[in-house]
Amino acid sequence: MIRRLVYVVLLLLSASPVFAVNPDEVLADPALEARARALSAQLRCMVCQNQSIDDSNAELAKDLRVLVRERITAGDSDEAVIDYVVSRYGEFVLLKPRLETKTLLLWGAPIVLLLAGAAVMIVSARRRSGRATGTPLSAEERDRLDAVLKDSE
Amino acid sequence: MIIELGHYALVLALGVSALQAILPVFGAARGDRALMEIGTVAAKATFLLVALSFGVLTYAHVTSDFSVQNVWENSHSQIPLIYKFSGVWGNHEGSMLLWMLILTFFSALVAVFGHNLPDTLKANVLAVQAWIASAFSLFILLTSNPFNRLADVPGEGRDLNPVLQDIGLAIHPPLLYLGYVGFSVCFSFAVAALIDGRIDAAWARWVRPWTLAAWTCLTAGIVMGSYWAYYELGWGGWWFWDPVENASFIPWLAGTALLHSALVMEKREALKIWTVLLAILTFSMSLLGTFLVRSGVLTSVHAFATDPTRGVFILVILILFIGGAFSLFAFRAAHLKAGGLFAPISREGALVLNNLILTTAAATVLTGTLYPLVLEALTGSKISVGAPFFNMTFGLLMLPLLLAVPFGPLLAWKRGDLLGAGQRLFAAVAIGLVAGCAIYYAQHGGPVMALAGLVLGAYMIAGSLTELFLRSGIGKVAGSVAVRRLAGLPRSVFGTALAHIGLGVTLIGIVAVTAFETEHIVEMKPGMTADAGGYTLRFDGLRDGKGPNYTEQSGHFSVMRAGVTVAEMWSSKRLYTARRMPTTEAGIKTFGLSQLYVSLGDGMADGGVVVRIWWKPLILCIWGGALVMMMGGAVSLSDRRLRIGAPSRARKQKRPVLEPAQ
Repeated sequence: MIRRLVYVVLLLLSASPVFAVNPDEVLADPALEARARALSAQLRCMVCQNQSIDDSNAELAKDLRVLVRERITAGDSDEAVIDYVVSRYGEFVLLKPRLETKTLLLWGAPIVLLLAGAAVMIVSARRRSGRATGTPLSAEERDRLDAVLKDSE
Repeated sequence: MIIELGHYALVLALGVSALQAILPVFGAARGDRALMEIGTVAAKATFLLVALSFGVLTYAHVTSDFSVQNVWENSHSQIPLIYKFSGVWGNHEGSMLLWMLILTFFSALVAVFGHNLPDTLKANVLAVQAWIASAFSLFILLTSNPFNRLADVPGEGRDLNPVLQDIGLAIHPPLLYLGYVGFSVCFSFAVAALIDGRIDAAWARWVRPWTLAAWTCLTAGIVMGSYWAYYELGWGGWWFWDPVENASFIPWLAGTALLHSALVMEKREALKIWTVLLAILTFSMSLLGTFLVRSGVLTSVHAFATDPTRGVFILVILILFIGGAFSLFAFRAAHLKAGGLFAPISREGALVLNNLILTTAAATVLTGTLYPLVLEALTGSKISVGAPFFNMTFGLLMLPLLLAVPFGPLLAWKRGDLLGAGQRLFAAVAIGLVAGCAIYYAQHGGPVMALAGLVLGAYMIAGSLTELFLRSGIGKVAGSVAVRRLAGLPRSVFGTALAHIGLGVTLIGIVAVTAFETEHIVEMKPGMTADAGGYTLRFDGLRDGKGPNYTEQSGHFSVMRAGVTVAEMWSSKRLYTARRMPTTEAGIKTFGLSQLYVSLGDGMADGGVVVRIWWKPLILCIWGGALVMMMGGAVSLSDRRLRIGAPSRARKQKRPVLEPAQ
């Protein structure tokens, strides 16, 4: 956390300290603005460490926020805006990477682990239930049991 | 001279812990009591030496001895006394020394309170602790020496990083380290048991208090860090899924799993092998966290490559300890006898589900944190994994776990009755529905998912209380009997209920803030007003001020309700003079469990100023719930079964153990 704070401060130093979203950026239509905010939270500030453009004070993040709002105002769908930003800035800009060959492990890990764990659980539960519990009868006990069973016949 | 004494004490600590690392192991192998005893004495001595060393560094900081490079780089003669103290661990070298101090503190605790442990186990545990201590004191002495002197003594220090000049920093790292490093004891117990080749329910009972203590401290550390980021960063976020946060969250998840699996092992002798593995994993995650935070690998892979001394050193420690422990585990695990049968639907079964989900969640966070680093190192392609990814995957994983939480304590050991537990939870579900809807309407509006989340949180709280109600027989027996029964319940039952209630409270806070938070970004001139959360804020103007080592510009706000002023708020921007660094000091006012959060932005040419105002409904539930969880940990820790008379092996062995008939 310390490192991130230091980073934030360094950014504050390098860029003039402005707010994440400034009043002059906000779109007049609240519905469009809400979409812009939601999209901004998905996009990475390229010069920051793990900050979305919605949170960042950096100049570059501001440019990107304005860009997103321009595209939305121009009538782009959410996907179209994302595609456009990715085409200009690359996959790096997405905070939630798309499912691709190189991110297969990332997206697959939780599912594979959960299934594998569940499989181990089920197998070991089966094995346990197949196990006899307690100690086997001794020869003496077996004889007595046989005797009792014979009597009842 | 005093500084060199501190340096020398650290070198001596390395020497003593090297002895402690080797001799007790031989003693345990040969049954030589004198050799084993060395571990106890050495553990206490190492702690005293490291404490002396830490004391000296603190002395240098408090007296502003700028001939010490560490003090010059991270302190200033004018900063308040408390930040001279906290500045000791507000830097790489000092924080590593704090790491060592806490590690040796735990070793000393084992040495002092470990009377009831078998001699060989105690000797091995202390030896493993000393392996870690030796590795890290070598790391400090070779790559991160805080006692380096400067030839030309500067007149003034370069100041402590302004964002670290906060009471939060004074408390956050020590608590976090108490948790992080506390898990080393669990690791040492696991490795010692593997060396010994014996492990039973008594082992779990010895390990559980250490796990509980570490877990409670780690919870406190994470909560403190979260609240600190919330008020210090000035944009009102409380969790960022930042790699550094994840580094502390992964051991927390693994530690929570360990807490639960140790319970199964203690009560039912089941899950032995898994519990040992989990103990090793949890501290491995702590070590990995230390590596991530301290090596600089997070900033970028390239920065790590340009100055790799420290990073590579910790990486070697990491590989030696994690690799070594896992190899030992692979060799020995087969020899450990599995025991304790249980049906899939039983208390054990519920705890296994808990472990499955928690470890998968830990692994998911780990994968997400490391994936960009590994991918870039291997293929050179850069991707980002941030909050949207974690919220989605982690959230989906947590959902079934949260639903199952109230069931666990209600199911019987060995063979439980899901339907019966469900019926008993019926009241909890009903209360959850009503309470969730009530909160929902109180906050008026919001998406359907928020309603579901609030219901889930309320259901968890009611469900955890159900356990207490049923066990005390409230409603079925006379009031006085119920009270007596309630008082007679083991503390650990209360601990469990509290921890689960806390989880529900935190969930309610998270859902409420996520769904019902409002934000206003406005340009204000003196006299202008803005509305938030049913209150009206009036901006009264700016004022210039001066602190001991900063200048500031503060905005004054009056909070009004129905035209009457109910509170006043200050929000400021500071400039720390020594480093020329600006920071924002958010204005925060608490109303019940909710908060009004005001952050000051740029001044405008026409005398106005940009102001960001948030209404954060029920936000205090997030940290309050975590405090309740910690209380649960503390109450559980005070259970008399954990305090005294931990069972001897002999007594345990008399009990017939279920073995498979071969």
